[in-house]
Amino acid sequence: MLQYIIRRLLQLIPVLLGMTFIVFLIIRAIPGDPAIVILGQQATEEAVAALRETLGLNNPWYVQYFEYLKNLMTGDLGESIRTRTAVNEEIWPYLAATFELSIFAMVIAVFIGVNAGIISAWFRNSWFDYGAMIFALIGVSVPIFWLGLMMQYQFSLQWDWFPTTGRENVRDPVNAITNLYILDTIIQGRFDQTLNVLRHLVMPGVALATIPMAIIARMTRSSMLEVMKSDYIRTARAKGEKMFWIVYKHSLKNAVIPVLTVIGLQTGLLLGGAILTETIFGLPGIGRYIYEAISSRDYPVIQSGILVVAFIFVMINLIVDVLYSIVDPRIRYN
Amino acid sequence: MAEPSKISDEIKQEIHDETLPPWKEAWRNFKKNKIAIVGLSIVSFFILVAIFAPWIAPEGINDQKLPERLQSPSAEYWFGTDDFGRDIFSRVIHGARISLWVGFLAVVGSAIVGSTLGIVAGYYGRWVDTIISRLFDIMLAFPSILLAIAVVSILGPSLQNALIAIAIINVPNFGRLIRSKVLSVKEEEYIMAARAIGMSDFRILFSHVLPNSMTPIIVQGSLAVATAIIEAAALGFLGLGAQPPQPEWGAMLSSSREYLIQAPWTMFFPGLAIMLVVLGFNLLGDGLRDALDPKMKT
Repeated sequence: MLQYIIRRLLQLIPVLLGMTFIVFLIIRAIPGDPAIVILGQQATEEAVAALRETLGLNNPWYVQYFEYLKNLMTGDLGESIRTRTAVNEEIWPYLAATFELSIFAMVIAVFIGVNAGIISAWFRNSWFDYGAMIFALIGVSVPIFWLGLMMQYQFSLQWDWFPTTGRENVRDPVNAITNLYILDTIIQGRFDQTLNVLRHLVMPGVALATIPMAIIARMTRSSMLEVMKSDYIRTARAKGEKMFWIVYKHSLKNAVIPVLTVIGLQTGLLLGGAILTETIFGLPGIGRYIYEAISSRDYPVIQSGILVVAFIFVMINLIVDVLYSIVDPRIRYN
Repeated sequence: MAEPSKISDEIKQEIHDETLPPWKEAWRNFKKNKIAIVGLSIVSFFILVAIFAPWIAPEGINDQKLPERLQSPSAEYWFGTDDFGRDIFSRVIHGARISLWVGFLAVVGSAIVGSTLGIVAGYYGRWVDTIISRLFDIMLAFPSILLAIAVVSILGPSLQNALIAIAIINVPNFGRLIRSKVLSVKEEEYIMAARAIGMSDFRILFSHVLPNSMTPIIVQGSLAVATAIIEAAALGFLGLGAQPPQPEWGAMLSSSREYLIQAPWTMFFPGLAIMLVVLGFNLLGDGLRDALDPKMKT
């Protein structure tokens, strides 16, 4: 097991190095001179030249790249041009907002998706089955930014069930400790705020959960159908075990792998989808952070933001792979 | 004595089936799949709408009638009007042209580049394979929409650049697929035979390996058009793709966002169009997969 994890970690090194190089290239390729962006259009030529020298922009690209790598190794993600704050200091609140949203969305997706898939497989060809699968087919095709806007219109502007935008009640802001607001409010015993934060999370969470939920429902259904045909399930039925226990105890265990795959694959989509969801629901998340950095040409933020997100994505996939090998030891040897 | 003749009919049918050319057999399987037919119908419908857009649309895409701005759907304006008094129905119809065009072109582009890289990697193996496969791994390590945004920020926001960005981010999907297919085809006896009679690598690749790898390309292609259309709309929505006044669905959603309370129909119909066309391609792709390559079924 340990050997497998070590091997996977070693395989990651070239990918991570390649990622830093691609991000480095992208930033260099974006038109515009960082020195002018920092100093503004009115800056004198001498000032720009001097800043280029201090930023090391006159060095050959490979010198710049190794300088950049060296800084990364020491945990230095650069300094934001807009706010003049170190990126590794200011990035966490944004990341935390995205984490909270993504975890919330994934919980919805897994809970509803898995159960819908199970019930569909259990009552195969029933109305529930047809309904759920039609819903799932539509769910994978819906553009989430549109779904988000429609939900805003219906549930917030028309019915006033949920707040339209934001993460918290601005008149009663959460006292941030970890920046994961649900956790923060629970630690402080402010359960009224917890409820409020949850109310803010419902719409963006559901919008973001729609696609993974649909995929998980379909995958669960087909793998459950496969498993329920097997001999040991028939044995369990012959022994007279209740159908409910057969489904939830015996079959579900074997349906875990495809669900894990989807979770691994969907995290990337989730992180990407977070950009759109955060835009619509005005959430200060990492997607929003990078997107705004691009529009204001805040190079260090773009660079580090993209890298951090890609790093998280790679790590989640690694964790999923390790989980696979725990659930199904045969995978380790392939 | 009815039994024997029934059996012989079945056998006849089976013999007939086995002698069908592969595409006919695939079509037979495809036809049986009702959901796939629904997908094909939706896609055909949108293709027809796109082709005949100028004849179907009652008004031009930029005909402004300011006194009639933000009108709700009516007999005259089926989908209502937007903030410039433009007919949304006409704009949605023309939007089909843009979305299908971007979807097809981006996917054809990434299929060509991806397949070429995949074939080269799979056929030559060794260091060529290592380099190309690592490149794919690295590209897949980025969330795709983020990579697309990065590419567009280099090239500048426009429909064409969004198309290029979408094509680039889809390259590794095709590349990996073809590479693994080539790896299995390479070991087949007819490839060894071709090599034994002195056929050049180039000819083997393009007259034997590629045709035998077409099935997954077609299936992946159809599903990829669906994602490409959504990605193009997402970029348009973020202001990084098609620019107003182009009637691109995503850009239409973005420019009418501020009218969500007053005129929700300005947002409803363009989004519905995206959803339907994407649903069509997803159903078609699933159907093609089941018909052409039952082994790929999940």
